[in-house]
Order: sequence, then C-alpha cells, then structure tokens
Amino acid sequence: MNKTDSVARESRPAANSTAHSTPHSSESPALLPPVDVIEDAGGITLFADLPGVPRDRLDVHIDGDMLIIEGEMGLEMPKDMEAVHVEVNLPRYRRVFTLSKELDPGRLSAELKQGVLKVHIHKAEHAKPRRIQVSG
Amino acid sequence: MDFSLFPRDLFAELDRLQRQVQQAFEVSPSIRGFARGGFPALNVASTPQSAEIYAFAPGLNPASIEVQLERGVLSISGERKEDRPADEARASVHVKERFAGRFHRVITLSDDLDPEVVRANYREGVLHISIQRQQAAQPRRIQVN
Repeated sequence: MNKTDSVARESRPAANSTAHSTPHSSESPALLPPVDVIEDAGGITLFADLPGVPRDRLDVHIDGDMLIIEGEMGLEMPKDMEAVHVEVNLPRYRRVFTLSKELDPGRLSAELKQGVLKVHIHKAEHAKPRRIQVSG
Repeated sequence: MDFSLFPRDLFAELDRLQRQVQQAFEVSPSIRGFARGGFPALNVASTPQSAEIYAFAPGLNPASIEVQLERGVLSISGERKEDRPADEARASVHVKERFAGRFHRVITLSDDLDPEVVRANYREGVLHISIQRQQAAQPRRIQVN
C-alpha cells in the first residue's frame, strides 16, 4: 500500500467492509468503523465511531508508521436471545492508518466517550507550517 | 459504466461494485424498511419474555434521545452534532464518514409487547431498549348470541 501519502492516509483494506490484518494482529474479521480526520496547524485529530466498546477493550497503538485502532464490544445480552434483524454482525472493530513523517507518534492522546474515540497526534515541531514568501 | 474521476481508481470501482451487490441481495421484510446503512444501526432480537433492541448511536447525550413506542411501532430519534475542531477556520477535513445531523428510525415490532414495561439505557454509545411481552391473555369463552 502507498505509505508516502502526506496526511494520515488510511491503509485501505480490500473492498469489503471487514478490515485486513497485519502480521501483528489477530486474524479475526472485524467491522471497519467510520472516521473523521481533521488536520490543523498543530496536528491531526481523528474521530472514530466504536459503539459498544468499553475502555478496557479498546486498543490504540502505533506500530512503525501505522496507527492501529482495535476494539471489542462488551454488550450485555440475555442468554435466550434469538436474532430477528442484524445490521451490526461482528463484535469487534479494527482500522489501520499509515502516518506520514511529519507526525510525531510519541505525542499521541486518545479519549473514548460514549462510543466515540478521539485521537490527536501532534505534528513534529519542524513540520509546523511556515509561511513562504512568494516573490515576483 | 459509472463515471470515475480517475479511470484507474480501482478502490472506487470495487466500492461501487460492492454496493451494487449489496443492493441486489438484500430484502426488506417490512414496509417500514429495516433499511440498512441508516443511523443508528439497529440489531433486534427476541426472547420468550421480551424484545431486545440495540441501537448503535455513539456520541449522544442520553437525555436528547427520543424513544417512542406506539402499537408495536418503535421510533428512535435525535440529533448528532458534528465534532468540529477548535480552530475551525484553519482546519482541513481529510476524511468525513461519520454521520452528523438529525436521525429518525422506525421499526415494527410484534404486537404482543407491553408499552408499560420498557427499559432503555445508553452505555458506551449503544442504546439498549428492552420491552416486555404482555402476559399471555387467558383463554376466554366468547358468548354467542
């Protein structure tokens, strides 16, 4: 996959909605959570919808230049339950992004609130925007 | 052939193909839909005593979710605000896939449910609604005049 993209471009999985796996992950199929990615002068903010994932089953980590988001749902369900209609058919989420070089993976913060994960990655100091004078 | 901005955008072609396949194979069991892809996504299950509905609606204030049950029709509505960056004017949005705005989903449930015995709670972005079934009505003898 193209890892030279300038922003936190996603390492795209195959065209189906289950994420692919890297050598470091479990092989089990997972849902691909929808995300918003917003960049400002200080860095990149990523929001991901992970409904049903409690904090202790969320795993956000950096592996090389990859940002890996994994979460397992912890829904309480009655034992004798029979599914009638299912739109969410897997109990876990997974999505992988390739980080570009100007981001500083050491300065990453993540918070999970009501099923929404917010990850902020700072830009390395040398990569902050500078205004370039155009002459002529 | 659909228009592709970049003729060799293989991923766009695969996405389109997948949507077409999905549309071709999915059936709607009810006139109200159960249409897929709406917000919030819904799972519905039943037990001998109750109907269990799970709405996957992350990032809401639980007090703002409206849930109504009327004659076996359950409706869930509310609004999800966009998460905006602090410095909006100077920010650029690279990816925007998450739902924002008002939502309203309606599902038809079986008609033996008791609208008086409903529990709804919102945890980790999932709204779980549990509706008890009515006590089985005693068989009654009907008088023929």
